[in-house]
Amino acid sequence: MAQKPLQFRLNGAEKAVFVEDGANLLDVLRRSVGDLTAKRGCAQGGCGACTVLIDGVPGLSCLTLAETVEGRSVATAGGLPGDGSHPLQEAFMAHFAAQCGFCTPGMLMAATALLESTPHPDRDQVVHALSGNICRCTGYEPIIAAVLEVAGEGGGGRS
Amino acid sequence: MTIHRGRGFASINYPIGMNLGGDPSQALVHSSPDGKFAIALSSIDLGQGMKSVTRQIAAETLGVPVEDVYVDTADSDTGPHCMGSFASRGTHRVGNAVIVAAKEARAIMLEAAAEELEVNADDLETDGRGNIHLRGAPDRSITTGDACQAAQFRHGKTVAGRGIFLIPLSEVEPETGEMTPVSCYAHAALVADVMVDDETGEVTVEQVNSAYEVGRAINPRLVEQQLVGGAWMGLSHALYETTEPRYPDRSHGPVDFSQYTMPGPGDIARHDIAILERPAPDGPFGGKGPGEMCANPIMPAIANAVFNAVGVRVTALPITPEKVLRGLKANGGARPGPRR
Amino acid sequence: MTVEFRKDLFADERDDDLVEVGKPTRRQDILGHVTGRSPFYDDHLFEGLLHMRCVRSPHHHARIRSIDTSRAERMPGVVRVLTGADVPNNLNTLLGLMDFGRDDEPLLSTRKVAYRGEPVAAVIADSEARANDAVAEVRVNWEELPCVFDVEEALAPGAPVVNDTYPNNSFDYHDTYDHQKLRFGDVESALASADRVIEGCYEMSPIEQAPLETNGAIAAPETNGRFVCYTSTQALFFSLATASKLLDLPSNRLHFVGGTVGGGFGGKVDSIVEPMALLGCMLTGRPVRFAWDRAEEMQVGAPRGAERWYLTDGVMNDGRIVARRFTGYFDAGAYTRLSSYAIIKATGHLPGPYTIPNVSSDILCVFTNRTPATAMRGFGITGVDFAIESHMDVVAHEIGMDPVELRILNAYRDGDMKPHRRIAKNCALIECAQVAAQKAGWPIGDAFGAMASTRDGGGERAAIPPTVTDRDGRIGERRAGRTGRGERRTIAPTPGQDTAATGTPARSGSAANYAHPAAAPAWQPGTVPQPPRTEQPPPRTEGPPHAPRAPAPARYSRFATNAGLRRR
Repeated sequence: MAQKPLQFRLNGAEKAVFVEDGANLLDVLRRSVGDLTAKRGCAQGGCGACTVLIDGVPGLSCLTLAETVEGRSVATAGGLPGDGSHPLQEAFMAHFAAQCGFCTPGMLMAATALLESTPHPDRDQVVHALSGNICRCTGYEPIIAAVLEVAGEGGGGRS
Repeated sequence: MTIHRGRGFASINYPIGMNLGGDPSQALVHSSPDGKFAIALSSIDLGQGMKSVTRQIAAETLGVPVEDVYVDTADSDTGPHCMGSFASRGTHRVGNAVIVAAKEARAIMLEAAAEELEVNADDLETDGRGNIHLRGAPDRSITTGDACQAAQFRHGKTVAGRGIFLIPLSEVEPETGEMTPVSCYAHAALVADVMVDDETGEVTVEQVNSAYEVGRAINPRLVEQQLVGGAWMGLSHALYETTEPRYPDRSHGPVDFSQYTMPGPGDIARHDIAILERPAPDGPFGGKGPGEMCANPIMPAIANAVFNAVGVRVTALPITPEKVLRGLKANGGARPGPRR
Repeated sequence: MTVEFRKDLFADERDDDLVEVGKPTRRQDILGHVTGRSPFYDDHLFEGLLHMRCVRSPHHHARIRSIDTSRAERMPGVVRVLTGADVPNNLNTLLGLMDFGRDDEPLLSTRKVAYRGEPVAAVIADSEARANDAVAEVRVNWEELPCVFDVEEALAPGAPVVNDTYPNNSFDYHDTYDHQKLRFGDVESALASADRVIEGCYEMSPIEQAPLETNGAIAAPETNGRFVCYTSTQALFFSLATASKLLDLPSNRLHFVGGTVGGGFGGKVDSIVEPMALLGCMLTGRPVRFAWDRAEEMQVGAPRGAERWYLTDGVMNDGRIVARRFTGYFDAGAYTRLSSYAIIKATGHLPGPYTIPNVSSDILCVFTNRTPATAMRGFGITGVDFAIESHMDVVAHEIGMDPVELRILNAYRDGDMKPHRRIAKNCALIECAQVAAQKAGWPIGDAFGAMASTRDGGGERAAIPPTVTDRDGRIGERRAGRTGRGERRTIAPTPGQDTAATGTPARSGSAANYAHPAAAPAWQPGTVPQPPRTEQPPPRTEGPPHAPRAPAPARYSRFATNAGLRRR
């Protein structure tokens, strides 16, 4: 199969890799670039575990043709602080908003995008923003509470 | 179209650990030279909090701060045998194994401390903040770190322990079913408030009030995680989930999350919980295991609430709008029960 | 959402003066979760990783006439195609590790398939896409067979045989019966003298565990002829020992790493992906990843099986339930997996958390051409709890009693005898019912609000009643159309009488086999008052010793002694 060069920014750093025709962004992130924070829950666009931000807009990396991010910016949970100091990370930890943790990176990306566009969302807006991300463990309540707490404190932009 | 409200109740108990026993788990505990402890298990943390529960149990037993303990799961080269993470057995079986291992390590640590302080080890106690002192004389003290260091570099002792917990396997009598299934049970009771739309057959759970008895909440927030998430899953089983939506026709089966449906973040019911703790005589600090039983009472409670709301008894899960509508049709319309 | 702790209840049985236990300490793994660094099995990178995909049956039941892999083998990127002939020991049952049941399931089927999705071959290629392409090129010549999807139809004479190891379409218990019995008291007489007899039938559909991470494993060569396997298993040594048996490999050549798993809920104990990935690794000498996709997880991976329960209650007008009879069917699907065990668990659970003086149950593990069932959150209990608690509501409605009061009236209490003949201790059902009702503002009568698990149990309620036993439902009778009632005997409740009166052999080493949690480590000395030990067996004398059976071959690791959970 033909290999194509692909250049994009991942969490602020330039990446240049060769990818196969038709490769999806999730596989490229995980296997070619080595960013394992986007998770493969279904590869059907149904669970949201692979959610990343493409030029700030949340997208499902499993349904995104890798070549479409040429020259664009991709953000994953791998770009969040390793010490958990981002307000959303802090809130997820304090609210016990993860059990198995498999949906957490995607949830954090979806919540990040919400708070970027809507710094003070109400509960309905939070629910709407997270409705493409499936969690099988928590029952969602602690995740919603965590995002609302950050929203109440001025959003995710570290205001 | 009318929305009918109804209220249903259910109460359950749940056996803790593999039925009949015969399901051992083991733990190994050892200290670094400066008194930091590692717990090696082959048990699995699949979200239920195995690493965290055993960490707190180990810290409590060793008498050291929880930050001084880390739990490692699961490497078959280093972690001793565990039957696995299922049957609500983790807290009970693995927790007990960790206590045995931690007690052995603690005894060695206290022996070393006793030698350093020139007292009898039986007279020593830990304060849980990293200090060992003579009972009644807090100034005669040594840190757990210094005690572990002394054990290893002055006395040539490993501050380590091994633990196993086993409930011996019970037989089952073929004619009567006589057996010893388990050693303890968790309990729950739950009230579900539902709305039933008699035009669409849709059931919406508005409010859940529950009481769960868990023996001992080793970590109250981890217990809360199980109870909230488990009730959500039970609600999902009650109203949504099936791998064979057209059974007995098996030609169709859901293969993705748009066909296999579950309540999303906008579909959750308010849930107010009371937690009761009646310690299990053989549980670690009395702990049982809330992980499975928490999903059970809500299913019948919702079915009973639907009956109370419209008089339709759905006897086969899930309670789909189709089943409710068929029941309404058979009854000639809604027959609301007494308001509770 | 609110959470309250009712520390006032059972306070005298608890010491809350602990340092770390009882604290809301953050999870040890939470920082890994919120940074995306928690290492799940698929988060290990290997150079030259190969990918495995399975060729699966499109039919619910079919004979395999032939499998032609030649075209698939020539497809680009394909490294190897496997069939059942490549599996060293191609027949297993999960609970073989505990000497329970007969091997009945191939890893890759060679002769016939008994459920849709059953694997018959596997392709290993350098990408998942190429493996999938090659899977489509494997030609299987099928001969479709009639199938059965209903437990009661499967037990009828003439129904297709689903699983050749169990030609009666039901699991064999104790080498004697097609079901597990529970007999306590005289249910028939009690039903005859009850004010009301109330019947019901309840069912539960198969349910997918749906962990967000699908089942998967990566196997890679290590030094010294060993293989490492990164896995999503819920039971590390269960999977290791199962792989060791199927692959005919000493257990110390396997190094399993897991422990950080993206949800399980019972769906990750079946130990299929691990031996498959390891087999691929052994045959190619390269790292091999075998991960179910979401469709496989939902339709091939074992669900919680369907259950059907018939309940008959004998009820007095004052609400006392005096008899309860169960007939239960667990739909195991095509293979045993863990269903046989769930039935023992359900038997020990009956009649739910209530003290009922006459209880009987017959529970069958039935094979059908549905997806094999396995564990799921509440395994063996959830379905029958739905049945019991729905039926309690029916009873309350029929006799015109408040549903909460009905539960409290019949609730088990400390000191009561359970039908499996152990004394109940440490009960808390009444308190849970009272608290839940109170929270919901559901009024109950003062008398019911004043009842307690710790009071008014035992005494007459601790007695084992004279019990009617039977030898109905012997293996094969049902399928032969012989379902008539056999002779009844009544066994007296005195110790040792049961074995003598029924003429059946005594259990092997009975008393020694009871679970005395004497090995239980004590919690911190003196912190918790020690109530009497739970689950004490009633005193009994030994019957004649049971003839020892030949031990199973000890070639592979097993988790049980020879006196263990054997073929019941």
